[in-house]
Amino acid sequence: MGTVRIGNGCGFWGDSPEGPYQLVSRGNLDYLTLDYLAEVALSILTKQMRKNPEAGFAYDFVEALDRIGPLWRDQPGLRIVTNAGGVNPVGCAKACAEVLRRHGLTGRKIALVTGDDLMPDLDRWMANGYEFRHMETGEALGEHRSKLVSANAYIGVRPIVEALAAGADLVLAGRVTDPALALGPAIHAHGWHDDQWNRLAGGTVAGHLIECGTQVCGGISTGWLDIPDPAGIGFPIVEVSDDGFAVVTKPEGTGGRVTEYTVKEQLLYEIGDPVNFLTPDVTVDFTSLRVQEVGENRVLVSGAKGRQPGDEYKVSAAMVAGYMASGELTVFGERAVEKATRAGESVLERLRRVGVTFESTRVECLRTGASVPGTEEVDHGVTEVGLRVTVRDHDREKVRRFSRELASLITAGPPGTTGYAAGRPRVRDTLAYWPTLVARDWITTKIEMIEV
Amino acid sequence: MAPIETSYTVRVRQLAYSRSGDKGNTSNIGVIAYTAKAYEWLKAELTVEVVKEHFKEVSDGKVDRYELPNLLALNFVLHDVLGGGGSRSLRVDAQGKALGQAMLQLRIPAPSAYVIEEARAAR
Repeated sequence: MGTVRIGNGCGFWGDSPEGPYQLVSRGNLDYLTLDYLAEVALSILTKQMRKNPEAGFAYDFVEALDRIGPLWRDQPGLRIVTNAGGVNPVGCAKACAEVLRRHGLTGRKIALVTGDDLMPDLDRWMANGYEFRHMETGEALGEHRSKLVSANAYIGVRPIVEALAAGADLVLAGRVTDPALALGPAIHAHGWHDDQWNRLAGGTVAGHLIECGTQVCGGISTGWLDIPDPAGIGFPIVEVSDDGFAVVTKPEGTGGRVTEYTVKEQLLYEIGDPVNFLTPDVTVDFTSLRVQEVGENRVLVSGAKGRQPGDEYKVSAAMVAGYMASGELTVFGERAVEKATRAGESVLERLRRVGVTFESTRVECLRTGASVPGTEEVDHGVTEVGLRVTVRDHDREKVRRFSRELASLITAGPPGTTGYAAGRPRVRDTLAYWPTLVARDWITTKIEMIEV
Repeated sequence: MAPIETSYTVRVRQLAYSRSGDKGNTSNIGVIAYTAKAYEWLKAELTVEVVKEHFKEVSDGKVDRYELPNLLALNFVLHDVLGGGGSRSLRVDAQGKALGQAMLQLRIPAPSAYVIEEARAAR
């Protein structure tokens, strides 16, 4: 095979439902990938599953499948790889099978990839002296164990490749690395071996470039104001060749653009040391990459260098960290910044006087550079400010009390206080992220095949 | 607070574009020069110290800088910068999405007019 065409129709849970449809209807794809799992997503899904054993996966994917079902019937060669399985790939597969049957897509094979969940064996490993130290702070998991909601290893590409080799039309995984969703199809299509490090590096870079969807097609680009047709922005496609080179592109006639600049921006997205981009499949060196425009909305990325990865998996774990509520009001009028600041502080003071204090509070005046304080000259002459007040505490009742107090500014606050349509701020659980490592040979991945 | 705009400083945005994002409580900011000469200038002027000073009200955590001359890019990793990260941060920009734009606002000494003009033309 010359090149394999892989498109990513979902960059995060919350992305436009138009993505998968655009790519399947106009992308001429070999593979469609969809990425739903941000860092703390599995903890949220775990909590959902505790309340409802049928939940725990990205239901958005089931809806996407329903929308593309009729198109998939006419493209029997198209295969789909996603991490939508979350913490309940079995439940996800059931829901998917039902949708596929409804569209007459019987006979399609769904592969479930499991084995990323560490929770069942965690205590045994800890009893054997393994500490699960926090990668940033070095702290041992120890007493935090009881607060842990979920712990999942970022497993590599192998089970995806095996599932495709076994004939899966749809691969449903949980926590696999984001680039693996595209690397798997590239390996399968080209028959790359485990130690063809440069090719694996190229496929990983290709996956990294499309994993956030439209971000490589002009989304959040520095030149965003100049991109054509943002409403019709294209979802990304990589054409990966046998030598591990990739051309980044998007469907004909879609908006946005793919240029040297948009590709370089996305190459640098969420990376650390560029010489050591770590995945369980290959360690990639970004400093040998070449980026070259080879046509309109076609950018060639070549020269990836790879080497053998380390012998540990990264683990994404999260623990309960109390409760939080955040509310916003708009303050309009002269001296709006002063008014908003005083109003925000007065709410917290009112609560203090009745003995309600919080572990952490924050008053922000939006539109005055609050997103990155101290880096922008504040214009104190603005006549409109978004007042944002946020509190966090382990006592849910206190956070709820705050939520009931903020709106009092509508009558007690400065003149021109408005924008209360959203109602009382919602009290929500917060999760603290605990990145750590686990030895590779402790993880056993499994594939289960279901025929629809 | 900010110095008066004179011909002796430029904003980083006149020489480069950027992208930022998060990993846990760490954020990275990629700064990509429009031209090779602009890259050389940024490499000399956009030091860890300058960046740390610019973001000091956001965090006093460690800052690492990596060079990617092949992409005409510098990658800054800002540690302990997102107020806890994850879903725990109280900040409106809990994911560091705005940091890249803030980086482009930073003022550094100006290179020659030629370098500025060449970068502008490449935008």
